[in-house]
Amino acid sequence: MKIAVCVKHVPDATVTKRIDPQTKRLDRSGEGALNPFDTQAVEEALQIKERDGEGEVVLISMGPERALDSLRKALAMGADRAILVSDEQVAGSDLVATSRVLAAVLEREGAELVVFGQQGGDSDGAVLGAAVADRLRRPLVSQVAELEIADGKLKGKRQTEFGYDVIEAPLPAVVAVSDAINEPRYPSLKGIMGAKKKPQETVSASDLGLEADKLGEAGSGTSVVALNDPPARGDALKIEDDGSAAEKIVDFLAERKLL
Amino acid sequence: MIAVFLEHHEGELQKGALGVLGKAAQLGDEVAGVVLGSGVKDLAAQAGRFGAAKVFVADDPALEAPLPQPRVDALAHLVREEGVDTVLFAASVLSADVAAGLAARLDAGLNWDLVDLAKDDGNLVGKRPALEDTVYVDVGWTGEPRLAMFRPGTFDPAETGGEAEVADFSPPQFEDFSTQATMLEQAHAESEGPSIEDADVIVAGGRGLGSPENFSLVEALAKALGGAVAATRAVVDAGWYPYATQVGQTGKTVSPRLYIACGISGAIQHKVGMQGSGVVIAINKDPNAPIFEFADLGVVGDLNEVVPKLTQLVEQRK
Amino acid sequence: MSVRPSEYPPPFSAAEFIAEPTDPPDERIEVGVLIVGAGPAGLACAIRLGQLLEEQPELAAGLGDVPVAVLEKGKQPGSHAVSGAVVNPRGLRRLFRGSVAIEDMPFYGEVEAESVYFMKRSSAIRIPTPPTMKNHGNYVASLSQLTRWLAERAEEAGATILPETAGEKLLVADGRVRGVRTGDKGRGRDGQPLTNFEPGSDITAPVTILCEGTQGHLTGVALDRFGLQSDNPQVWALGVKEVWKVARPLKRVIHTMGWPLRPGAKYREFGGSFIYPMGDDMVTLGMVVGLDHRDAELSVHDLLQELKTHRLVRRILEGGERIGWGAKTIPEGGFVAMPKRLHAPGLLFCGDGAGLVNVPALKGIHYAVESGRLAAEAAFGALQPGRTPWAPGGLQPYDEAVRESFIWNDLEQVRNMRQAFGRGFYLGGMMAGAMTASLGKFPPGNAKTERDADQPLFRTGRAKSYPAPDGKLTFDKLSSVYLSGNKTRDDAPNHIRIRPRVPRELGEAWVHMCPAQVYELGEGDGEVDVEVTPSNCVQCGAITAKGGRLTPPEGGSGPEYTLT
Repeated sequence: MKIAVCVKHVPDATVTKRIDPQTKRLDRSGEGALNPFDTQAVEEALQIKERDGEGEVVLISMGPERALDSLRKALAMGADRAILVSDEQVAGSDLVATSRVLAAVLEREGAELVVFGQQGGDSDGAVLGAAVADRLRRPLVSQVAELEIADGKLKGKRQTEFGYDVIEAPLPAVVAVSDAINEPRYPSLKGIMGAKKKPQETVSASDLGLEADKLGEAGSGTSVVALNDPPARGDALKIEDDGSAAEKIVDFLAERKLL
Repeated sequence: MIAVFLEHHEGELQKGALGVLGKAAQLGDEVAGVVLGSGVKDLAAQAGRFGAAKVFVADDPALEAPLPQPRVDALAHLVREEGVDTVLFAASVLSADVAAGLAARLDAGLNWDLVDLAKDDGNLVGKRPALEDTVYVDVGWTGEPRLAMFRPGTFDPAETGGEAEVADFSPPQFEDFSTQATMLEQAHAESEGPSIEDADVIVAGGRGLGSPENFSLVEALAKALGGAVAATRAVVDAGWYPYATQVGQTGKTVSPRLYIACGISGAIQHKVGMQGSGVVIAINKDPNAPIFEFADLGVVGDLNEVVPKLTQLVEQRK
Repeated sequence: MSVRPSEYPPPFSAAEFIAEPTDPPDERIEVGVLIVGAGPAGLACAIRLGQLLEEQPELAAGLGDVPVAVLEKGKQPGSHAVSGAVVNPRGLRRLFRGSVAIEDMPFYGEVEAESVYFMKRSSAIRIPTPPTMKNHGNYVASLSQLTRWLAERAEEAGATILPETAGEKLLVADGRVRGVRTGDKGRGRDGQPLTNFEPGSDITAPVTILCEGTQGHLTGVALDRFGLQSDNPQVWALGVKEVWKVARPLKRVIHTMGWPLRPGAKYREFGGSFIYPMGDDMVTLGMVVGLDHRDAELSVHDLLQELKTHRLVRRILEGGERIGWGAKTIPEGGFVAMPKRLHAPGLLFCGDGAGLVNVPALKGIHYAVESGRLAAEAAFGALQPGRTPWAPGGLQPYDEAVRESFIWNDLEQVRNMRQAFGRGFYLGGMMAGAMTASLGKFPPGNAKTERDADQPLFRTGRAKSYPAPDGKLTFDKLSSVYLSGNKTRDDAPNHIRIRPRVPRELGEAWVHMCPAQVYELGEGDGEVDVEVTPSNCVQCGAITAKGGRLTPPEGGSGPEYTLT
């Protein structure tokens, strides 16, 4: 079975993030890493391939050249091939434009299962999988904490606010795994050293038959209007208990409608 | 016209969605609620009390299970037929999938994690925090329809009374792929208190409690607030509380609206597990504990005094 | 009744970290030259090897798929790099042989002016710059950034860098070093394998080059195994530094001595501070103190916080914001504490791991680079057809080259200076002056060093004067560890070896010494339990100097320095 995993290269969580005031986009020029949620998606794909005893795990990503570093890490874990859509024109893409590009690559690949991580770390929206599934016209199961594949069907235990649903869908399908699904493996040294030799393809948007007006900011449905300081929510308050702390806490909670 | 997706579960309209409905009503445009499901007509009528002038209902067995894709079909149909220019969602597992699917279906911009929405010169502008709440971004849309999803719990529902006109819209043709996913078993609300991942309120205990017996203070406060109890790695390692309640890097990541940390120093390995919390209150006798650097309200004091008193006051208010 | 840390040795034996290769041959990874440590020494070595192999491609082909491999225990090269730093470009110039100009190296500018101050609590007296400290012609750098840049050059030169990989055991068989076994990953708090457990691997090579930096784990193990420890024990200092964004540019390099360190001989508080400009909008400042100090309450991190409250420093930081923090030890034994030989069969030692640091000048980076370069040449020579690298004397040319280099010359000249300060600041200062004037000829002979852990401890109540962290100018240890980017998983196994129960005084010394708040004490007056939080550890190495032993934690853990 061919499994495609969509992964993203994101700025490092510890490096102080900033939005570039010029472009109003997240400044991604610092160190970066494979989105930790996506390593879980890669891990799940690898486990399925191992259980089946055969198959191919293809990584798909959209981002700058340096995203190849993250792709190599996933290849080191055991994925077989990587495709990076790296193109000036896709910079500044929102959900609409990004899902369009990914869907185009995925159509080309024709994988039976498409896997996403729970969310894209830096902008934290658990949304990309659903958007891509719609474009691919495939059934979607998201927030999957346990996944079973058998007889051309998938069965997913889906984490919701109310507990777990169990949902079934025929393949081909799109799955977004929750962060409870697995503990990703460490790449072995052999894996790391072998990653460089695995096929890594870079494609441009025109290779995919997408026109400029469908890409990047031009192809996006949303825009950033302005950056502001957060509203002064009163500096963090620190008080010493003189016997009345409990009352002060209650007032604080009531003010914020938390009681 | 603004349409608000009204999620419902086990016969009740979700609070978050009703809150968004109330906010939408303030914007001055025509506002309609949307209720999708099976056997939900009565539920639809209730939306009038919370700010909807009109409620669109699609009643169909295909919409019975809370699955996203048939809902995308229904909403897409509604947008095209009824001239809806804006669709609002309160974030949830289901809504996120619906909103995103709809964005792809209509090539419509979706802004999420919004905490506010306003009209500026006739344009709709959303406000969302970014980069761990250090920056607030004004976001807009480049066309219509505009899709927006609000952070959970941003708006409280306001009962304004009033009645809504309920309009049945005939269930659309569902796309063939939309009905391929089927619900085998559906989740039901837990009977015993919320698990920490779902809890709105969490009271957590750390080494500063001094002894495992003192977790009773934490439990009492959690009960009074209707919340869940969590623990730090240090006390779980020491056997004071079960691993299932551990919050932190190697435990669970939680984002309740309210997180009360009792006797917790606030090391980074704990912080990463709860930094998404809405409001953080810390009670610790060490004034230099790092947790005070990211708590919204820090109380330097003896938790053995503060916590029981707090519990008592909370109970009195109920 | 005073306590010496050496009386409570940790449960550690070097033999535990020596093994024969055990992986089946088809699982063993074989490389041409194995370099342990992607710091300035290791990367200079890799770069030089790349240059040499390009000139002799047949040899490169004969070294297999991976002619040069560099192991790095940090998340990436530079993640564990901490230094001041003012770098003498000599080593880098020789390494790049004109192919890279200084302007293209990631420096923050040439040193324009410098001042040295003798500090008291409320004053700072400018004193003439001691000749050993003159920095004319040197450049300010962030070692972490420089390391990242060197790593890119090394990869361009064909080296394979393996980050998140710790060298845990030295592979020795038939009396020679075969390579290194890397550490396991995915063990839990009690060492038990977790679901994603990944065992380490044997990496073998004809030549292994240890460039592990201060307190190098395999270096220590190897020196023991091959009997190469100098008769003079190595001694260390602990440096704790911060990086600040500042409102006004600092236009000179500053060093201070004196307050908050105490001059009396009984305290043995050798060290001082540095404040360097990093461009126009950043400044780095740090406190360095010898770990032979005797006050159990001495905390270098807190002394740095105290230093910042001095008028001179406050003015520099006014309107600024702390953006980085780091801590690491520096070997200070110098010439007399260097290993008896810098090679063993199949093995070479470079850089800080070999103690190649000029203490009075506060310089080690250019020696690391030069030693790495020389090691590459010796390894390359030993790998020529017809030669056996591990034969007796096979790698002897490395020792000879180092003896002929500026490394040896410089270190010999200043060989007694650090020890002189064991006599206290004023007497030591006078002796140091005499040594400089005589270019090391006076006093004759080599002064001995004493183990840091042999120093008796006493309390002086000094902790009371440490400023309470205000979160703006002064900071606590935990939030500093956070700023180091340390994300070590909190169920990681404990990599720190100490006696779990020690006299309270020793426990307190550890608590104060550690810049990362790893140690906490239980209750008790005489003896106390010491609790360890290994996930806070920034791997500075101080514990190894003061009665414990740092062993390599899981690869990829620890700090993720970027600006230090």
